[in-house]
Amino acid sequence: MRRVVVTGLGLVTPLACGVEESWSRLIAGQSGANRIGQFDPEGLTTTYACEVPRGDGSDGTFNADDWMEPKEQRKVDTFILFGVAAAQQAVEDSGWKPTDPEAQARTGVLIGSGIGGLNSIANTAVMMEEKGPRRVSPFFVPGALINLISGQVSIKYGFRGPNHSVVTACSTGAHAIGDAARLIQWGDADVMVAGGAEAAICKIGIAGFNACKALSTKYGDDPTKASRPYDADRDGFVMGEGAGIVVLEEYEHAVARGAKIYGEYLGYGLSGDAYHITAPSEDGDGARRSMEMALNRAGITPADVDYVNAHGTSTMADTIELGAVERLMGDHASAVTMSSTKSATGHLLGAAGAIEAIFSILAIRDQVAPPTINLDNPAVETAIDLAPNAKVERKIDIALSNSFGFGGTNASLVFGKVR
Amino acid sequence: MSDVAERVKKIVVEHLGVEEDKVTENASFIDDLGADSLDTVELVMAFEEEFGIEIPDDAAENIQTFGDAVKFISEAA
Repeated sequence: MRRVVVTGLGLVTPLACGVEESWSRLIAGQSGANRIGQFDPEGLTTTYACEVPRGDGSDGTFNADDWMEPKEQRKVDTFILFGVAAAQQAVEDSGWKPTDPEAQARTGVLIGSGIGGLNSIANTAVMMEEKGPRRVSPFFVPGALINLISGQVSIKYGFRGPNHSVVTACSTGAHAIGDAARLIQWGDADVMVAGGAEAAICKIGIAGFNACKALSTKYGDDPTKASRPYDADRDGFVMGEGAGIVVLEEYEHAVARGAKIYGEYLGYGLSGDAYHITAPSEDGDGARRSMEMALNRAGITPADVDYVNAHGTSTMADTIELGAVERLMGDHASAVTMSSTKSATGHLLGAAGAIEAIFSILAIRDQVAPPTINLDNPAVETAIDLAPNAKVERKIDIALSNSFGFGGTNASLVFGKVR
Repeated sequence: MSDVAERVKKIVVEHLGVEEDKVTENASFIDDLGADSLDTVELVMAFEEEFGIEIPDDAAENIQTFGDAVKFISEAA
């Protein structure tokens, strides 16, 4: 099987726009949560979220004009804007911008989203009710479709290889990266731009997840304390937004052009719970089988795992995943560090698996596990080090990243140092 | 320039992101101002909104240039 390495990274997160800016704030234990500023959240059960900091582009803020011309911004939903921005960072970082048609045809794009253009759909529906169907913009559909990030990125760079997308709720980003790596392993492409994007912090998005009883509600006075995975006082997830994109590349291809290599993609596992539309199976069976498949594909055992980037959303499900990891690791559990970076970023839904894959790769690069912030009073005892409130500097040769989504869809990715 | 022409020009500049001096009498939206077929649909919708008129599809197809738009709207409004 052909080997796959990571040669480019791009991030737009609630901590910052930019890979190093987001990573340094994550390691420092900062929170991206605040009272919602994009619209007046009064009347919603949850009034806070982890929003991408908007600004003039300085100090890690996101300035849309840096990534897309204003006249093009009007034609796309924000999730596409975030996805294109992160993809541009990743492609520039990789230095892979071929002009040769053959090379362009060997480069593909596989970027997904959990929900896509929810805000555009809601706004267009309201506008149509007020002004009639003739006022619906010709850019409404191509500006809201989930696969249009892949389309936009391919058009921007002339990448004419496999053009694909994923929609698996909160597992989207992980599935996209895993599926893209397999396209390279099978020889369908030499380079893939892959990841996920989300921008569902809008009234209907918050109201919808509130109705599912999935969101944190009781930390309106201090939103930075709301996302607290594994903590006894957690009460639901905090909605995040943004995008994470990686450039995956066949190993020999990357070496031949002298590319900077962050790490190696080693394995990918998938499973289904066949249990409930929103709740994970209580025995954690789906999570365990997803992790096991990923480790088997990587040709390693649980004892080889140093760091786990947990799904850990700050809901009751945290302890189900923790139990599954404990049972998988067995006697090795006390040697594992596992953190939930959602404590800082909130839950980016379809982008979560992608930004967390990037954090896992950076954990290997810098030999440091990011902290689980707000973990003041653990809900359960565990032998696993959950990195409460402080980064853990340690040996990290192998990192495992978990993502689980509504519908009972699970994905796990394994990354390592290049062997 | 007439009031109608000024308002049409403002819409074209905003929607197509072009310099004002490029929007001349005979400037074609597609050939000279970088519009694609979806852009022209949106332009016509913007004219309808701005001037409170309805531009039927067959008439919209004949609005190819800035001058065409000003002429049609001046007669319809």
